[in-house]
Amino acid sequence: MMEWLIEELFAKYNYWISIVLMLIGFYAMIAKDNLIKKIIGLNIFQTAIFLFYISLGDITGGTEPIVSEEMIAQGYVYVNPLPHVLILTAIVVGVATTAVALALVILMYEEYGTIEESEIIELERERGA
Amino acid sequence: MLIVEHLPVLLIVISMLAAFTILIVGWWNKKTSFFISFATILVQFVMSIFILRHVMTVGTIYYWFGGWAPPWGIEYVIDALNAYVLVILLALSLICVTYSKRSIEHELPDKIVSFYALFQLLVTGLCGVTVTGDIFNMYVFVEIFSLAAYALIASRGKIALKASFTYLVLGALGACFFLLGIGFLYSVTGTLNMHDLSILLPPLYGNRVVQAAFVFFTVGLCVKMALFPVHTWLPDAHSFAPSEISAMLSGIIIEVSTYAFIRVCFSVYSLEFIIEYVPIFDFLCLVAGLGIIIGSVLAIAQYNLKRMLAYSSVSQMGYIMLAVGLSVSTHHALWGGLTPALMHILNHALMKGCLFLVAGAFIYKAELWNISDLQGLAKKMPYTCAAFTLAAISMIGVPPSVGFVSKVYIILACLDAGGWKIIFVAVLLLSTLLNLVYFWRVIEMMYMKRGEGEEGHSHSSSPVKVDEIPLSMLIPVLTLAILCIVVGIIWLMEIPIIGSFPILDRVNELFGLGVYAP
Repeated sequence: MMEWLIEELFAKYNYWISIVLMLIGFYAMIAKDNLIKKIIGLNIFQTAIFLFYISLGDITGGTEPIVSEEMIAQGYVYVNPLPHVLILTAIVVGVATTAVALALVILMYEEYGTIEESEIIELERERGA
Repeated sequence: MLIVEHLPVLLIVISMLAAFTILIVGWWNKKTSFFISFATILVQFVMSIFILRHVMTVGTIYYWFGGWAPPWGIEYVIDALNAYVLVILLALSLICVTYSKRSIEHELPDKIVSFYALFQLLVTGLCGVTVTGDIFNMYVFVEIFSLAAYALIASRGKIALKASFTYLVLGALGACFFLLGIGFLYSVTGTLNMHDLSILLPPLYGNRVVQAAFVFFTVGLCVKMALFPVHTWLPDAHSFAPSEISAMLSGIIIEVSTYAFIRVCFSVYSLEFIIEYVPIFDFLCLVAGLGIIIGSVLAIAQYNLKRMLAYSSVSQMGYIMLAVGLSVSTHHALWGGLTPALMHILNHALMKGCLFLVAGAFIYKAELWNISDLQGLAKKMPYTCAAFTLAAISMIGVPPSVGFVSKVYIILACLDAGGWKIIFVAVLLLSTLLNLVYFWRVIEMMYMKRGEGEEGHSHSSSPVKVDEIPLSMLIPVLTLAILCIVVGIIWLMEIPIIGSFPILDRVNELFGLGVYAP
C-alpha cells in the first residue's frame, strides 16, 4: 500500500493535481447555475490541461532550452520547449473562448437582467407562452 | 513544384486575408463585404476542384510549411478524403454565401460587415481542419471554426445568445478533451505529425495512455458532431441561428467534425487498433442507432420548422456514424468500408442545406417560424415550396433521390456486416417511416390546406398572388434541390455500372478498408 502511494501518487503528483483540477472545473461547468461560474469552471478545466502539458515537458534540473554544442557536450539537461509553445497557442484559444463567452453573458444580462441560467429559461418560457 | 501543390496553403491564406480585408474595407463601405466574401469563396471553390483533380490523377499532395520537413515542421496533406470533403464544404459555403446577400440585409442590417468577416473565418477554420496533416494544427482550426460559429449563432441576439452559450460551453469542453488526447499521444511518442504518429504508434497499441487518448478523441469529437447522447446543444443552436448559418452548421460543420473523427481513427490510429485493441465501433453503431430513432421521434414532436429540421439533423448524424461504425466490418467492393458514410456526408449536406435555406426563406418573407403557419403557402411561393418538397422526399428516401441511395447503401452495409447488426435494417426502415411522418406533415400543410385569407372565397376566381423570394435566394435553393435528385442519379448510375466511385474507392484503399478480412 505504502509502496503504491509513493510510486503512483507522490512520484506522479503533477498528474494527480491536474486531474483533480480538471474534475473541479468539470463540476463547476455542469452543476453551477450562474453563467459566470460556468465560465470560471471552463477556465479551470483548460488551465488543468495546460499544467498537464507543461509538466510533461519539464525535466528535474533542466535549464532553459537555449544551448550550444559545447554545453550539451558538458552534459547540460534542458527542458523540452515544444509543450510550452503548444500551450502558448492553446492559451490564446482559451482567451478567445473566454472573451466570446463573457461577451455573450454581457449581452444576456442586457437582455434578461440576470445571469442565472434557470431564471433565463424561466423568462424565455414566459415570453414563449 | 507545380502551382497546384501550393494550393492547400493558399486556400487558407486567402480566406483568412479576406476576413480581415472585409473588416477594414467594410469600415468604409458596407456593400463590398458580400462581394469580397463571394469572390474569395468562389476562388477557393475553383482551387478545391483543381486539388481534387490533381489528387485523383497524380496523387497525394504534401505541402511543407517553410520547407521544414515533417515531423519538425507542420505539414499539409491532401489525399482523396480531404479533397472530397473540401469540395463539398466549399460548394455549400458558396451556395450559402450567395443566399445570404439579401437575407442578411434583411435580418441583420447593422451587422453585415462582422457577419461576413466571421463567415470567412468559419470557412477558414473548416478548410484548415480538412487540409492539415498535423494533429495540433487540427485542434487550432477546430477552435477557429467553432469560435466563428458561436459568434454567428449569437448574432441574432435574444434566445440565440443562450443557445450560443450552451454550444460554447459544450464545444469548448469537447475541444479540451481533444487537446488532452493530443497531450497523451505527445507524451508517449513526442510527435504531432499524423503520418509520423501512425508509424510510431503501432508498437505502443497495448499502452493504456494510447488507448485513453483514443477515448478522449472519440468523446471530444462526438460532442462536436452532436452524436445522440451529447446532441443537446444542437437543436437550440441550429434553430436560432440565421438560416444560412443553420444550413452551414447542419450541412457541413458537424460533418467536418465527423471527418476529423475518421481522420483520427484511420490515419492516426489504424484499422488494427480499432478492431483488436479498442473495439469501440460496435458501440458507436448502437449509439448511432438510438440517435436515429430518438432524433426522429423528437422531430415529430416539434412545431417550429427549424427546430424540427435540427432534430432531424441529430438523426441524420446517426446515419453517418452508423455507416462509419459499420465500415470496419464490411468487405464488399461497392458498399464496403467508408463508402456509405462518405456518400451520406455529401447527401446530407445537399438535403439539409436546402431545407434550412427554405426555412430561412419563409422567415425572410413573412416571419413564418411554425409549421402551422405554412398553410397554403405553395400557391404563394411555388418554387420555394417545390424545392422544399424535393429535399423532403430526398430525406424520406424516394428513389432516385440522394436519400434513397444513402439508405440503400447503409442497409446493404448492415446486411454485409451480418450478425446482430442486421437489426439496424429495422432501425433504418423505422426511421424512414418516422421521416415520412414529420416531413409529410409539412408538405401537407403547404399544399393541401388553404391559406387563411382564402377560406371565404375559395371558389372565387381571384388566385393567390405569387410572392417569391428574391432571385439571389431562389437560385441557391433551387440549385440544391435539383442537385438532390441529380446527384442521386449520378450515384445510382456511377456505382453499379462502373463498379465503383473512384474517389471513395481511393479513400477505402488508403485506409485498408472494404477488403479487410479478420
